[in-house]
Amino acid sequence: MERSYEQYFRQNRLPHLWCPGCGNGIVMKSIVQAIEKKGLDKDKTVIVSGIGCSSRASGYMDFDTLHTAHGRAIPFATGVKLANPELNVIVITGDGDCTAIGGNHFIHGCRRNVDLTVVLFNNSIYGMTGGQSSPMTPTHKKATTAPYGAIDRNFDACKLAEAAGATYVARSTAFHVQHLTDMIASGIDNKGFSFIEAIVQCPTAYGRKNKMADPAQMMMWMRDNAIMKAAWDKLPDEKKIGEKFPIGLMHHEEATDYATAYEEVIELAGGKA
Amino acid sequence: MSKARLMQGNEACAEGALAAGVRFFGGYPITPSTEIAEGMAKLLPKVGGKFIQMEDEIASMGVVLGASLAGKKALTASSGPGISLKQELIGYAAAAEIPVVIVNVQRVGPSTGQPTAPSQGDVMQARWGTHGDHPMIALSPWSVRESFDTAVMAVNYSERFRTPVILLMDEIVGHLREKVELPEADEIEVYPRRQPSCSREEGYEPYTPSEDLVPNPADFGTGYHIHVTGLIHDETGFPVGSPKITREVIDRLHSKIELARDEITHVEEYFMDDAEYAVVAFGGTARTAYEAVLNARKKGIKIGMVRLITIWPFADKVINALAEKVKGILVAELNYGQLVGEVERAAAGKCQVELCAKYDMTIFEPSEIEKGIDNLVAGGKA
Amino acid sequence: MNTELSIKMPRCKGCGICVAFCPKQVLALDELGKVQVVNEEACIGCGQCELRCPDYAIFVDKKVAK
Repeated sequence: MERSYEQYFRQNRLPHLWCPGCGNGIVMKSIVQAIEKKGLDKDKTVIVSGIGCSSRASGYMDFDTLHTAHGRAIPFATGVKLANPELNVIVITGDGDCTAIGGNHFIHGCRRNVDLTVVLFNNSIYGMTGGQSSPMTPTHKKATTAPYGAIDRNFDACKLAEAAGATYVARSTAFHVQHLTDMIASGIDNKGFSFIEAIVQCPTAYGRKNKMADPAQMMMWMRDNAIMKAAWDKLPDEKKIGEKFPIGLMHHEEATDYATAYEEVIELAGGKA
Repeated sequence: MSKARLMQGNEACAEGALAAGVRFFGGYPITPSTEIAEGMAKLLPKVGGKFIQMEDEIASMGVVLGASLAGKKALTASSGPGISLKQELIGYAAAAEIPVVIVNVQRVGPSTGQPTAPSQGDVMQARWGTHGDHPMIALSPWSVRESFDTAVMAVNYSERFRTPVILLMDEIVGHLREKVELPEADEIEVYPRRQPSCSREEGYEPYTPSEDLVPNPADFGTGYHIHVTGLIHDETGFPVGSPKITREVIDRLHSKIELARDEITHVEEYFMDDAEYAVVAFGGTARTAYEAVLNARKKGIKIGMVRLITIWPFADKVINALAEKVKGILVAELNYGQLVGEVERAAAGKCQVELCAKYDMTIFEPSEIEKGIDNLVAGGKA
Repeated sequence: MNTELSIKMPRCKGCGICVAFCPKQVLALDELGKVQVVNEEACIGCGQCELRCPDYAIFVDKKVAK
């Protein structure tokens, strides 16, 4: 029963603090399995997280880990990567952390194409503070700060990342575990800003407010509504209805990453790295 | 051949940081500090360092903390509004004990204030800008050469104490051009990055303090697998909900600076041998105060000057001893009255303390401080 | 059957995800709300439970001859 991915966890910190049925644990496992798959050196891999439920993941992972301030994971990670480009830097963030308080850092991280792998745990809610609406809470869904349903329009973080310049953009869910692991692994491969949105269930703060208190039921919702990108692209618009959404590789392009581009600056200045 | 160069305080600050080993700068343009960023953008790649212009001041603070954790000495620079934005992460640096230097070239506030005009209105912000109990080191130069020297000191103290250090410059010194001779590299003492005291196998804990109460968290990428957080944490680096450890951590953060307080409290005294009165000033204002003191002496007033280079921790002992010695102290500062409260506290009623304040975009004229001196000598409350 | 189910009980939070996704009703929650194996014989070794367990509490292995 011993699994090789367990070596990437700080065993003395487990079990983790997430609620029963929370999808964060599934994504955290996918991340370490992607790391294992890619054979990243544990000593040369840094996990950087923000603040929120998702961002507690860093504490359980046996690498150099950095639990930063709310919204600021990407700037910290940018500093780590530029200061020492040989490090593999993986960012763990949430929908509030990344697209609300950290929104500016997110788009600029994408724009610069810093070689980071950013995994956004999208639970559609502020879980740690007890269920307030986030920029990714779907319109009309309920939250403690949207008791009559959210009127805000929600972000599509993948579109946002692509438009801002991210060179690898993908989406998966906590239901599609192996697919999610593959999406993260390919993100690690991409030398540039990689963004993976992982849709996770939050039965406690989101599900209960929105008639889906059972975590398995929330995962079945993912199963029933996620459509693979290739199939999604062939789908006529009138069938892209209800809560259906695409998963898979959303965007990939080649572009020079920031640290590599800076090497040229060093050369132009006549310096030595 | 003379090594003399004509340069600005801001440029000298950038050179000083570089000489102290800074190899990473993250910043955002803001008057009157921008020349520091511009200087670093030019100088850093020449020595293999990295410069990055971030999307905002918060990101600038975050990126330098990340770089510092990855082993590079790091600097950021800003002014009023930008320094306000950086505050949360200055607290993060204090709590997670990350070496970093923040230059604040002060301008008139509050808010956008007067962007191009000098001020010394951030004295208390430097001390208390971020939330919660934390120590702070802040240094303030009065010349171009000293901008270089205090930049070196700031970097060294940030590394030695693993704490954020604020280089509290002002627009006067930042934009002042003077002829300077900068020291050679071998004349500069550089405090190296602290290293782990033992291996992981030997039970290394990143936040176990050394004898000087400063811990030695390993740089990222060196195989120690440390956890860094802004939550209150124990020696292992992991968060704990314990009242005892919370108190101990906050005690230690203060004690590590307190232990070295005398050593890092730098002041300079002028004409104090026979002085019956003293002007206390710092930064650009001390330049004017110096002339005012000279003029007052010509009028026969036995007055000297005590110039604070270290603003925080405050020079309590120096000011207390000064209050024993003189009949009165005049605090000249380019604000509504901030440092004066500290001087009054340290003087503890042992002598008269008067304020000479200015907060109208313009620097002091010597005559204005001389008026303050006349008022002091006349018993105050003029 | 050829499969062996093992559970790290201290990790189980009783969320019921494994129970819900088991195609053969092998698992159930006990009176304390933790997972228990109620019909090991029916297990087809599909691994759905292990795959989606958020707490890394349940493992499906091929039975090894003892």
